[in-house]
Amino acid sequence: MITKATTHITQNEALIFERSQPGRKGYMLPALDVDETPMDELLPAAFRRSDDLEGVPEVSEVDVVRHFTRISTWNYNIDLGMYPLGSCTMKYNSRLNERVARIKGFANLHPLASEEDSQGALQLLYELQQHLSEITGLAAVSLQPAAGAHGEMTGVMIIRAFLDARDGVGEGDRPRRHVMLIPDSAHGTNPASAHLSGFTVKTVRSTPEGQTDLDALRELCAAGDVAGLMLTNPNTVGLFERNIREICRIVHDAGGLVYMDGANMNALVGWARPGDMGVDVIHLNLHKTFSTPHGGGGPGSGPCCCTKELEPYLPVPRVVRAGEDRYKLDFDYPKTIGRVKAFYGNFGMAVRALSYIETHGADGLREATEAAVLNARVIAHGLAGDYHKPFDDPPMHEVVFTDKRQARKGVHTLDIAKRLIDYGFHPMTIYFPLIVQGAMLIEPTESVGRQEIQQFIEAMRAIAREAEETPDLVTNAPHTTRIGRLDEAAAARKPVLRWRPEEKAAVA
Amino acid sequence: MADIPDDLHYSKDHEWIRVEGDTGTVGITDHAQNQLGDIVYVELPRVGDSLEAGGVFGQVESVKAANDLYSPVSGEVTELNETLNDDPEQVNKDPYGAAWMLRLRLKDAGEVDKLMNAAEYEDYTKKITE
Amino acid sequence: MLRSVGLNSPEELFDTIPADILLRDLLDTPSALSEPELITRFESLAAKNAAAHRPNFLGAGAYSHYQPTIVDSLISRSEFFTAYTPYQPEISQGTLQAIFEFQTLVCQLTGMDVANASMYDGSTSVAEAVLMAERVTRRRKVVVSGALHPEYLHVADTYVAHAGIDLVRAGFDEHSGTTNFDELGALDDQTAAIIVQSPNFFGCVEDLQTLSERAHKVGALLVVCVTESISLGLLREPGASGADIVVAEGQSFGVPLSFGGPYLGLFATREKYARQLPGRLVGVATDKEGRRGFVLTLATREQHIRREKATSNICTNEGLIALMATIYLETLGRRGLQEVAMQCAQKAAYAARRIAEIEGFSLPYSATPRFNEFVVRAPVAADGLLRRLASERNITGGLALSRYFPERPNDILVCVTETNPRSEIDALVNGLAELT
Repeated sequence: MITKATTHITQNEALIFERSQPGRKGYMLPALDVDETPMDELLPAAFRRSDDLEGVPEVSEVDVVRHFTRISTWNYNIDLGMYPLGSCTMKYNSRLNERVARIKGFANLHPLASEEDSQGALQLLYELQQHLSEITGLAAVSLQPAAGAHGEMTGVMIIRAFLDARDGVGEGDRPRRHVMLIPDSAHGTNPASAHLSGFTVKTVRSTPEGQTDLDALRELCAAGDVAGLMLTNPNTVGLFERNIREICRIVHDAGGLVYMDGANMNALVGWARPGDMGVDVIHLNLHKTFSTPHGGGGPGSGPCCCTKELEPYLPVPRVVRAGEDRYKLDFDYPKTIGRVKAFYGNFGMAVRALSYIETHGADGLREATEAAVLNARVIAHGLAGDYHKPFDDPPMHEVVFTDKRQARKGVHTLDIAKRLIDYGFHPMTIYFPLIVQGAMLIEPTESVGRQEIQQFIEAMRAIAREAEETPDLVTNAPHTTRIGRLDEAAAARKPVLRWRPEEKAAVA
Repeated sequence: MADIPDDLHYSKDHEWIRVEGDTGTVGITDHAQNQLGDIVYVELPRVGDSLEAGGVFGQVESVKAANDLYSPVSGEVTELNETLNDDPEQVNKDPYGAAWMLRLRLKDAGEVDKLMNAAEYEDYTKKITE
Repeated sequence: MLRSVGLNSPEELFDTIPADILLRDLLDTPSALSEPELITRFESLAAKNAAAHRPNFLGAGAYSHYQPTIVDSLISRSEFFTAYTPYQPEISQGTLQAIFEFQTLVCQLTGMDVANASMYDGSTSVAEAVLMAERVTRRRKVVVSGALHPEYLHVADTYVAHAGIDLVRAGFDEHSGTTNFDELGALDDQTAAIIVQSPNFFGCVEDLQTLSERAHKVGALLVVCVTESISLGLLREPGASGADIVVAEGQSFGVPLSFGGPYLGLFATREKYARQLPGRLVGVATDKEGRRGFVLTLATREQHIRREKATSNICTNEGLIALMATIYLETLGRRGLQEVAMQCAQKAAYAARRIAEIEGFSLPYSATPRFNEFVVRAPVAADGLLRRLASERNITGGLALSRYFPERPNDILVCVTETNPRSEIDALVNGLAELT
């Protein structure tokens, strides 16, 4: 029996603005040690702010520490347990990676320091590039993109630049080949990124077996206007695209390029390489496959890897080797798409990812992939009797189920997800991919042991029983959290997006 | 069963139009609002914009979806229902009344004849929901 | 485990991968290092980054500021750094409430109505502001100040290459060090926005009030970019000068230099443009029992719903860095932010005065108001002088502007913050004087 959490001071933390007391201070600074310049000489009054920062909180150090410690307890997190979000790869974030990213020689290094003064950082970036090149089977890597969608945008821009150079630019800056093919199962970032490069998106449908429909692909490619295909592999229903070589061949024969969304690389590292499949360009998510922390929504890092042929178009500067034990920034790539970010990317994430690769070793990387796939397979096996599994193919690192059986009792995917919270698990990815009605996409990763996998399976089976016997219990879940389901429609109709002084504290 | 008033004309995109002289009043149908769920925002064009029959004139949003609005006929926008900015939920409550979206000056009255009447629209919605 | 799913070998897990692409051998990556080995290796790499261990006068888009101890301590809690994007509000209220506080603080500092949950960094925020200005005005010409950070301009160029937007570069007044108003006269009824950085790349404070009037006269937006966000503790907030969009690099708010990232893009605008914002937004919501909570809201702007019609392709942003900035801003608070800003400005004024007194040195834009950065014109090539300062005096003396502007061989951009005690400033001054 699950009972409601008791009210405690930690459950009642207000906004920091509501805690503010005039005169409180949480910081210490040394006294000003230079001769003071009179205020008006320093800056004329017209250029100074006159609001005395009204509304910005005044709190003590312990106020801040308690505030954030209390609200932190309202979060689920990986260290608490399994976080089976499909396509998000919520694996353990090693403390060692955190430690090395904080070494002063990295954390305190200015991005515009001279090359000779930043050799260690350049070497680190170079070595990570080499490893990612080996892992993907693609010749060249840029670490500049700050997240997956950013890497995707970079990859698509590279395709555009390559095609423009090969085919010439069409009328009104329209690419001569203007169609980017995207499967109906793709992440929403794919079409959004394609649009930024001036491409028109056309959808490739999937077969009932959850694979890209080759006939549909051939038909679309026959039109002669296809610039490329953006494909996730394993795809977003967790299946390896068995015809990947043929898919790449069809697109290449039609004059297009193949972009692979690397969101699901955790199923492949050490076992198969996109470059060997015929893929031309890919982005990786260091915050998925290479264990850098998700941080409640970032920072990420989205390296872009491509073939030798596409290398001239990668963003500048490139980090290159300039002799034995010497590294430099190279700006001399006249065909480059340009810069996608100031400086060189999310360096701190690169430090963590290199640490992940080096502490695993080649055999550890292969084993991690194996464990991730096995865990998903165990879940696929364990839940097939209770939930509708729309595809028969054995899944890779994630598996999709639906609410088809439970829906007959009025219990839907959202309810199952919320009820899972009461059992101590974070919900799976829900209602994605869009091609599967009521989708529940489950990705356990390699970071959970057998016992916890079994607990998860048992929790899901218990919910399936509840859906039959006591559906209200599920549709009203969660019952154990500090707040219940929130009225998102009301929140969107009259959005309150910031605190204002006149607003009274409405503490729960 | 969705409400389908007799005095209106309907498009396949689930918009209705009420014609008075050379002026048309446009909104979305009860069936459409039902499918969309809780409406949280309606984005409308500007007065003076000219709309094409079948062209996008705005967007209607629920919490998790954004759908285009298509003009049933061609014409120039003469008036907008500004109250939908503050109370988008009227689209759920009163789609044929308080939640009218815009008025336009018809360009070609003949276009109205190509739309469905209430009985035809009822058949149409039955067919697509089967 | 394998047997429980009916398999005999790990290879069978990968049966759906065609045999000709399945790897048989291990990758050619290094074999595993133990924890102590890894630490030793990374520490030796870090030791090669000599610049990280010196007094620093480099700014130009990345700034050295003091980080209170509790910032790193609090962001290191598992509950924050190992959590995902808060899509499940019932078990993500900590992250959501922190973002709501972040949005509020960004609004307060910039003088705007709404702010998003963060962008990648300052440079990509400028690019997104250009795209947003086009959406709001439906115009396709954007005039960019010649004193915008050169790397930001480069990023904006890349983003709009195929967006059908014409980025026009406005001039730069060599006398005042500010954006050239006369060339901005090219503003017309096709102009979507003026983009101006203040303090600008050369450290000079721009006259935002006049710029906003000129922009608004032709129906264009004023987009203000701030790279040194600590300046907001002292300078008039851009919203009060008529800015329509304010973007900033938030790294100054307690975020380590970390060789250029991860940093933090701030993005704020007027209420009426809220639905045109890129990125995530957190808003207030209530549950059935009327308890206040927070949710991701107005999500229909975003790529996972609107796909190619989204306001941006951004998904993952800089969540934990935004949290870092939030903790920093709340710890420093109303008084501390003003005090840090004042110390930066005072110390920079002191340094500028001392450097101007050195024989042969001058400050080309000394008549223009500044915050904590200023251009120094040396009597010798800046490059060599800075190299000698580093090797002989162990000081990183600033940025040789020739890195971006080859026609300025002798100019150095110097940045002073509260982290530079007077002794360091004096050592810089003595070094400059004695090495020329």
